[in-house]
Amino acid sequence: MPSQYHHSIRFDAERCDGCMSCMRACPTGAVRVRRGRAAKLADRCIDCGECIRVCPRSAIVPLTDQMDDLSKFDYTVAIPSPALYSQFDVDTPPGVIVAALKQCGFNDVECLSPACDAVTTATEMFLDSYRGQFPLISSFCPTVVRLVQVKYPELVDQLLPILAPREISARAAKERKSKECGIPQERIGAVYITPCPGKVVSMLEHPGMERSYLDTAVSISDLFPTLSAAVARVGDGEPDLSRGETASGISWTYMGRLPRSLPAENTLPISGLRNVMRILDDVEKGRLRKYVFIECHACAEGCVGGCLTVENPYVARGKAIKLSQRLPSGPAIDRDTVARSYREGAYFMDEPLASRPLRPLADDIASAIVKMKERERILASLPGIDCGACGAPSCRAFAEDVVLDEAEQALCVFSWQREVFERINDLARLVSLQRPADGGKR
Amino acid sequence: MAADEFENGYEVTGRDFANAGRVSTAIKDTLKGLGIQAPIVRRVAIASYEAEMNLVMYATHGKIRLIVSSESITLRVEDEGPGIEDISMAMQEGYSTATAEMREMGFGAGLGLPNIKRNADEFEITSQVGRGTRLQIRVYLPA
Repeated sequence: MPSQYHHSIRFDAERCDGCMSCMRACPTGAVRVRRGRAAKLADRCIDCGECIRVCPRSAIVPLTDQMDDLSKFDYTVAIPSPALYSQFDVDTPPGVIVAALKQCGFNDVECLSPACDAVTTATEMFLDSYRGQFPLISSFCPTVVRLVQVKYPELVDQLLPILAPREISARAAKERKSKECGIPQERIGAVYITPCPGKVVSMLEHPGMERSYLDTAVSISDLFPTLSAAVARVGDGEPDLSRGETASGISWTYMGRLPRSLPAENTLPISGLRNVMRILDDVEKGRLRKYVFIECHACAEGCVGGCLTVENPYVARGKAIKLSQRLPSGPAIDRDTVARSYREGAYFMDEPLASRPLRPLADDIASAIVKMKERERILASLPGIDCGACGAPSCRAFAEDVVLDEAEQALCVFSWQREVFERINDLARLVSLQRPADGGKR
Repeated sequence: MAADEFENGYEVTGRDFANAGRVSTAIKDTLKGLGIQAPIVRRVAIASYEAEMNLVMYATHGKIRLIVSSESITLRVEDEGPGIEDISMAMQEGYSTATAEMREMGFGAGLGLPNIKRNADEFEITSQVGRGTRLQIRVYLPA
């Protein structure tokens, strides 16, 4: 079935040896190993990248651009995730990395901090007037947005309807550059320097937006070798520090407390997709209503833990904290200006976020009930040890695949073994029936 | 079970706080698999969670049965436990017999039963002091 979903992860069948590491790591049960090769179920995959982390053969490839691909634009603006800065030594100031990015071939670099500050303020303003269900769920991590749309459809209305800083930053950069250089906005490429594949999906699907202001993404891990060489070169020269980052911008990349004006007891910062899922399960059940805001990051510790980074997330987090202590505290943007833009609607998504629930067992409830009963019957006949040998991550997932005609029960080695034993028993009985009374002795 | 109904039973052990909430998660996942509309899943999820927590907090042992037909979702909750002395009091928001320990864990706000009722289209409760409590709720599905 063709999927209406875009993806930013590709499985390379040539490299895959069917080891099932990705299948076991996938938090949404989106991987099946069939005929010795891993494949993803497009409607279940949320592009979190957990499979990329665990694949021992680099057979799972993020669909980010390479630097060579950027020649399709007349002018390029790099928008680095602030997680980029914590990949380098703490003594390398962001200004040097910005200058090095330009040496790598970007025409300009737009720092994210002003947009981060604007979004923090806009979020605080929104919370002041919000009268819906609590807690509100942060929408800055695109993987979390996708997770809610797919697995927690009843919570989409609780996602914060404010644009992510990267989008606001890309919009501002395009407007300014177009004016400064006389290039039409559509010829300017806004390139996100990304720590994860999730941002690529959010550009392709632009949830809550008519379109994304970002055009493409280059991964931190792909860029790192070239960039670190450039950083070494810039080190001796004079870095461009005109539009730098601020402490508050850097602090967006690790799990913390956004928005900061709320008392800590009203907010809940969570990182790691499985932890986020546990919390969303609780929100669905009506727990956690006393929290105003839950800040969810799909990756451990936040964007510093992205699967397309090079530094250990905990080390990167330490560096980010140190860095934000050294940088000016911000905000990098004037509060009154933000308030004015907020009232004009500049920070809001264009349209409500839509849910995209997983396909049920059948389209009508009566048929779904029949299939659910069938699933339970099959599940009861399976060993329940989630061995994965059938190519599904759990017996439950396998039972569902069988019901949906996507797998055959014979793929379960235990079902298969039981059948062989039964045949052997039948055969033994047959043999005993036909054996002569003297036991065949002559 | 009737041919056109889906039915599943779940056991809940009193004071098993470590596993508290698992049953309502399983119920919620089943309803999603059946393609039940999100707002209805949410109502049943809230009601089943509150019911499950009541079993964990007050009962020694309990069972929750989920019955889904094309018309409605039914939850039947039965427990062996102390029972409820005064049901009309228990139905009042803010009334709770929770211990300090339960309150410490964030429960016992006296919203459990009222919250279950609020999310149900039909609500029946009977209780025998010293024996246990039976609760049945039904949520209608749109035709």
